[in-house]
Amino acid sequence: MSASSAPLLEVEDLSVAFPVSQGLGFRRRLVHAVNEVSLRIEAGQTWGLVGESGSGKSTLGRAILNLEKPRSGRVRFDGRLITGGQAADVAMLRRQTAMIFQDPYSSLNPRQSIGDGIAEVLRVHGKAGGTGLTARVNELLVLVGLSPEQATSRPHALSGGQCQRAAIARALAMEPRLIVADECVAALDVSIQAQIINLLMDLRERMGLALLFIAHDLSVVRRLCDQVAVMYLGRIVESGPARDIFDHPLHPYTAALVAAIPEIDPDMPLPGELLRGEPPSPVSVPEGCTFHPRCIQARPSCRQGPPPALRRRGDRAFACVLHEGDDGIHPVTKGA
Amino acid sequence: MTLLQVSDLTIEDGAGTMLVDGVSFSLEKGEILGLVGESGSGKTLTCRAMLRLLPGDGLRIRRGEVRLDGADVLGYDEPRMRALRGREIGMIFQNPASHLNPVMSIGSQIAEGRRIHFGASRREARRDAIEWLRQVGIPDPARRVDNYPHEFSGGMRQRAMIAVALACEPRLLIADEPTTALDVTVQMQVLRLLRDLRDRLGLAVIFITHDLGVVAQTCDRVTVMYAGRLCETGGKREVLAAPRHPYTQGLVTCQPSSDGGAGRMITIPGQPPLAKRFPTGCRFHPRCGHATAQCAAVQPEMLPVAGSGRHEAACHHRMEGTRAGRDHVR
Repeated sequence: MSASSAPLLEVEDLSVAFPVSQGLGFRRRLVHAVNEVSLRIEAGQTWGLVGESGSGKSTLGRAILNLEKPRSGRVRFDGRLITGGQAADVAMLRRQTAMIFQDPYSSLNPRQSIGDGIAEVLRVHGKAGGTGLTARVNELLVLVGLSPEQATSRPHALSGGQCQRAAIARALAMEPRLIVADECVAALDVSIQAQIINLLMDLRERMGLALLFIAHDLSVVRRLCDQVAVMYLGRIVESGPARDIFDHPLHPYTAALVAAIPEIDPDMPLPGELLRGEPPSPVSVPEGCTFHPRCIQARPSCRQGPPPALRRRGDRAFACVLHEGDDGIHPVTKGA
Repeated sequence: MTLLQVSDLTIEDGAGTMLVDGVSFSLEKGEILGLVGESGSGKTLTCRAMLRLLPGDGLRIRRGEVRLDGADVLGYDEPRMRALRGREIGMIFQNPASHLNPVMSIGSQIAEGRRIHFGASRREARRDAIEWLRQVGIPDPARRVDNYPHEFSGGMRQRAMIAVALACEPRLLIADEPTTALDVTVQMQVLRLLRDLRDRLGLAVIFITHDLGVVAQTCDRVTVMYAGRLCETGGKREVLAAPRHPYTQGLVTCQPSSDGGAGRMITIPGQPPLAKRFPTGCRFHPRCGHATAQCAAVQPEMLPVAGSGRHEAACHHRMEGTRAGRDHVR
């Protein structure tokens, strides 16, 4: 692919806000769930979107698929404007993207067999019909590691892992170019989780689909994704190639997340305190760098003014005043 | 000194299926034991049985013994059992929001245990509540004591639930997936708190989890369960670095390490069996790459692994000399 061609998905300065009522007042306040986020996903790339709960990662995933109305900013899919765009372009987005959720039992219709659920998608999107329909349903079931006999099963008759496979088959039925997977392995047992990760790897290779993998489990993200974006209170604070980010995090928040991954190594002690306190509520975002109250390296200048702008270093970007002025990158070391 | 001794604990449902079958383990004072297994392996049921809090749908303890400091807990009458629950054995859960009373202040919930089990006055109980909030690391406890659960964040609620449990000064704390719903950063803080309380108070903890990373960083010993039976037990170092049961080996290899590794993940094929369809012989044999005809026919017993004291595995082959194919376990 030439560098000049439009990326599959381009997000520019996207902001999403929700109104909240506060106490007894009539003042309507806004929660800025996603704040001026920019992201480019090329065809076939796997992006991991990580952050603590309340960081806005799910909202960003939904906004990308036009399931949330942004307050400002633009989303382009395949070069076509989606936010405030033509109905035809939104319809095109719907045909070429799909979403997988955390809990397959609540995202699948409990009264519909999984085969019928897949057939419905195929019919609605005109992907298959008539005699070819059953054959295609069976093909998709086999693709995700289920057997055609399971087409008549309802979701409750399947285990969590089988049900998530059915949800993936349903997402694949429309032959999407981009899948947004929101914590799609978080509810599964570890042995089943590994099976689903392998399935996603297989599908990526065979179908060349792009994946936005939203997760809080960083070790899974590291295994599966080639690019990572780290969100904190609605903003992307660091992004770049997964290996660089995990090996040499530049933002102190990323460093704390990476150090907090529990390692199956009995000789490794619990790491020291890398982060003060807990994620603050997105309703009252701190002044200055939003991360400063928890940052162990915060400086007085971090407490005021606008949040630090994203700074670029090659194919990486980070929003922190550390590493200012030095061309050589001094990463925030693990266990510091 | 042995604090808890569980022997041959067996729990059956109304249809006579053994949901927990012949489970035995012991716990020393001040020890943290990780109880590991996938959903449906019986780890929560085992712990609820110790408190005789089995859910009401026909489940009953068929045989076995639970001895706390030598006294047979399963033989207690109901008033004695009530005096034991909370007071001798405390329990904390995955979801503090559903185990704290939403219309009662945090302080009152801590004070309740002090008043019931220790006969503390209102004033004393409140003072104790503030002290326990401080112990679990809640900032500004004198003000926070009057807060309600909804005014606490997820991590603080988990700390508050730990304070409710510990205020009764139990000798044993059962922690049922206490960090599964928390962010990794907050999880680390709660794990550190449990380790710290163990060191300071000599508390014994049964830590139910599915995350071997958490076991490696928190526990002293590990017991692995599969489909209601024990697979393997031993010091965390032996079990995690040189597992002898193929299921434990599978669990160790199917979790990605923090350095990610590369390529396909090693998985355990198939899925855990449903209780109605537990296989004969070794319950893991349909998913096991080493299974032989003997595995399908004869249930393996927990036997010591040659050359190590308390490391036991229930496998006919016990994978002599093999190590998990995990590159970074040193």
